Amino acid sequence: MSSEAKIIKLLRDHSLALPRGRVYVIEDRCKGCGLCIEFCPKKVLHQSERFNAKGYHPPELIEEPPLKVCIACKFCEMICPDFAIFVEEVSAEEVGGMEEGAECTNGGG
Amino acid sequence: MIANSHDLEHPMDKYLRTDRLPHVWCPGCGIGTVLSCYLHAVDNLGLDKDKLVMVSGIGCTGRAAGYVDMDSFHTTHGRAIPFAIGLKAMKPELNVTVFSGDGDLFAIGGNHIIHAARRNADINVICINNYNYGMTGGQLAPTTPETAYTTTSPYGNIEPPFNLVGLMAVSGAVYVARWTSIHVRRLTKSIEEALEKRGFCFIEVLAPCPTAFGRRNEMRDPVESLKYFKEQAIVKNFVNPLEATIEPNKKFYVGKFVDLEEEMTFEDRLWLMTSEEFLKAPSKKRKEMILGVRRHVKEHMEVLLHTPEPTEEGGKGEGV
Amino acid sequence: MVRDVLTGTHFMNGDVAAAEGAIAAGCKFYAGYPITPSSELAEHMAMRLPQAGGIFVQMEDEIASIVAMIGASWAGAKVMTATSGPGFSLMMENYGLAIMTETPCVIVNVQRGGPSTGIPTLVGQGDVMQARWGSHGPYEAIAVSPNSPQECFDLTIRAFNLAERFRTPVVVLMDESVGHMFEKVVIPDKRKIKIVNRKLADKKMKGHYLPYLADDDLIPPMAIAGEGFHVHITGLTHDERGYPDMSAEAQERLIRRLINKIKVYEDEIIDLEFDEYKDDADIYVISYGISSRCSRRAVKLARDEGIKASLVRLKTVWPFPEKYIRNLAKKAKAFVVAEINNGQILREVERCAGAKPVYFSGLMGGRVHYPEEILEKIEEAAGK
Ligand SMILES: Cc1ncc(C[n+]2csc(CCOP(=O)(O)OP(=O)(O)O)c2C)c(N)n1
Ligand code: SF4
Ligand code: SF4
Ligand code: SF4
Repeated sequence: MSSEAKIIKLLRDHSLALPRGRVYVIEDRCKGCGLCIEFCPKKVLHQSERFNAKGYHPPELIEEPPLKVCIACKFCEMICPDFAIFVEEVSAEEVGGMEEGAECTNGGG
Repeated sequence: MIANSHDLEHPMDKYLRTDRLPHVWCPGCGIGTVLSCYLHAVDNLGLDKDKLVMVSGIGCTGRAAGYVDMDSFHTTHGRAIPFAIGLKAMKPELNVTVFSGDGDLFAIGGNHIIHAARRNADINVICINNYNYGMTGGQLAPTTPETAYTTTSPYGNIEPPFNLVGLMAVSGAVYVARWTSIHVRRLTKSIEEALEKRGFCFIEVLAPCPTAFGRRNEMRDPVESLKYFKEQAIVKNFVNPLEATIEPNKKFYVGKFVDLEEEMTFEDRLWLMTSEEFLKAPSKKRKEMILGVRRHVKEHMEVLLHTPEPTEEGGKGEGV
Repeated sequence: MVRDVLTGTHFMNGDVAAAEGAIAAGCKFYAGYPITPSSELAEHMAMRLPQAGGIFVQMEDEIASIVAMIGASWAGAKVMTATSGPGFSLMMENYGLAIMTETPCVIVNVQRGGPSTGIPTLVGQGDVMQARWGSHGPYEAIAVSPNSPQECFDLTIRAFNLAERFRTPVVVLMDESVGHMFEKVVIPDKRKIKIVNRKLADKKMKGHYLPYLADDDLIPPMAIAGEGFHVHITGLTHDERGYPDMSAEAQERLIRRLINKIKVYEDEIIDLEFDEYKDDADIYVISYGISSRCSRRAVKLARDEGIKASLVRLKTVWPFPEKYIRNLAKKAKAFVVAEINNGQILREVERCAGAKPVYFSGLMGGRVHYPEEILEKIEEAAGK
């Protein structure tokens, strides 16, 4: 196994135990303040290019598995002043595990 | 993974008047975060929302009452507390939370809040301290730090601010805490404690007002404001609240300052008075009944002055 | 041990009678701040309300008092506060809150001489216009004006009934003389006292109840806190849902209804008392409260002189009996108004008197009229 593959295996074994989050954004409520993005402990969010109805850029997930995964800590959900983002806790299996080359494991939705 | 659908239901939607969203608050305003924490606390405790009441005064913060799907009263400027007192007196079974601004609660309403604490009225007060009067355009508040710029202190504030937690502690509050809007987890926990505790509970939340205050005080960006809070806040429980002042660009304490054992509340005593047993009791017995388990003022002060040693809060993870 | 109605014959002052009236009407919450000459009312409530199963709270000021009372009304209780001029002035903003939020409540104002601290222990009637216009913005007001301890009892009950019926604050405009006057007060059997209770929201409406959707009678049923209706109540201009609506249309719609819900029932609300000379008179003396007692004597004296005078006593000062005075103006030769201020009800009478002259017997406060002072004006009116 390459060292990279080892790391990924380690991460996988570890992260299977961790909760995962499926992130939802109610885009039209978002005011683009960036709090969710800045204070996400896993830095899995960034500002999208899209504009919502009010002209703000809502957040979206950075799809960089496996190093960046939402751990369903719900910090974004709690800090969002606009009730625009929330996270559903799902098991790692449910989001497809962390097989190499697997699709976004950050959760769909 | 990103959804943009009106069908999506936020877990807090069940407590919100969603037909009124988006709310009036500016992007990054801390009020929304604190409301979110209040609703998460309600949800965590699984409280019956039929029995929850929110009372607000006037101000940006005061608008909160308009968004919660529970009995909610948006009163006049400064008068949320007496409204809550009257309501709670007649329906003690309700869980009444006053959600209002620092100006509302401590300037125009300052007299009411100290008396409510003195009486140990069984209400929870969540006070958003955004250092100024947001709603009216960023004027001086009784919480504005010295030297800060507001629209009515254009040369820098010359007045020292109130130390809200100290004031509430000496006034008789049985629960006093301070957090900032970056401390969402601890704040939520604290609100849970207040919701469950009988007696006068006070929680101050420092929150950014990027539009009115931040703009004039190099805190235009709410992200920067929250980073500042995170850097400057020392999380510690049971620090002497009188020492927990807030000064510009200095560290300040957040945490729980007072958490006294359960006492007889104002409402307990009000209703005691209507009981036949009490009314018919001889004077000596009546005095005993009134005193019940309510701590004497002197004792209250002693508890305050000899609080347990300050305790470090485990600063794990994001520490907020 | 619920002793709410003290049936029997008593000797009590007006303040105490008003307190007993409140308890008989079902008042279960009183919040107040002591002030002469209304303190006896508060003291009596402090003693009696717990016996009647109610809550008495002495608040930190009059603003807190009126607001606590409004809060308690939303908990479903019949509520009251009492004060005098300076406290009444402090209450004005939240008098408006009660009007705007349609909160049933009773405010007793035992008037004393003003402005400012004025003449605390002595009589005045200078708050009549304040009861009408003291809070900002357009609205209708209801105020009753007793002239004896018996009426303090009776009209306080009526004030509660009106407040509950119309979902609005009702002012009991007493004055120091009536408040401190001791007289016989007969408290009837409980079953003989007419009690009106507010119209409550139907529990079946939960989920789709609109707190400010008025019935055909212009009065919305009220949902009290803690019953699962999840109402939002605000002093801001609001729509039927209770949600703020900052448009001229919403303001017009809401305030018109608040005014009309009283205006259209004027005839039901207004209470005038006439003397035996009513139909055989050309000079009408208009008065209320303690001044009406002096006026009655003055009318007697005038009759002795052969002047065809008659007293019209306003047991309700607001709404003003505009239609009635306009009608009276058709046959009257002149009006005389007697009150302890510089001309408040005077203005109302002048407004309705058409071309007929209105003579005024006013005092600045501190004492009541000598009947001769009013008689002088009646004589002037009669052209003597
Ligand atoms: C009697 C009265 N005086 C003044 C005002 C104007 N006013 C509305 S909100 C407000 C200050 C609000 O400040 P704060 O309570 O700190 O709340 P924030 O807007 O900052 O959340 C003032 C002065 C008013 N509505 N009523
Ligand atoms: S739940 Fe936590 S990890 Fe997931 S996006 Fe939100 S803040 Fe980031
Ligand atoms: S915190 Fe909320 S409002 Fe702010 S950017 Fe994130 S989703 Fe949008
Ligand atoms: S003015 Fe300040 S307090 Fe008011 S909504 Fe905007 S950011 Fe918040």
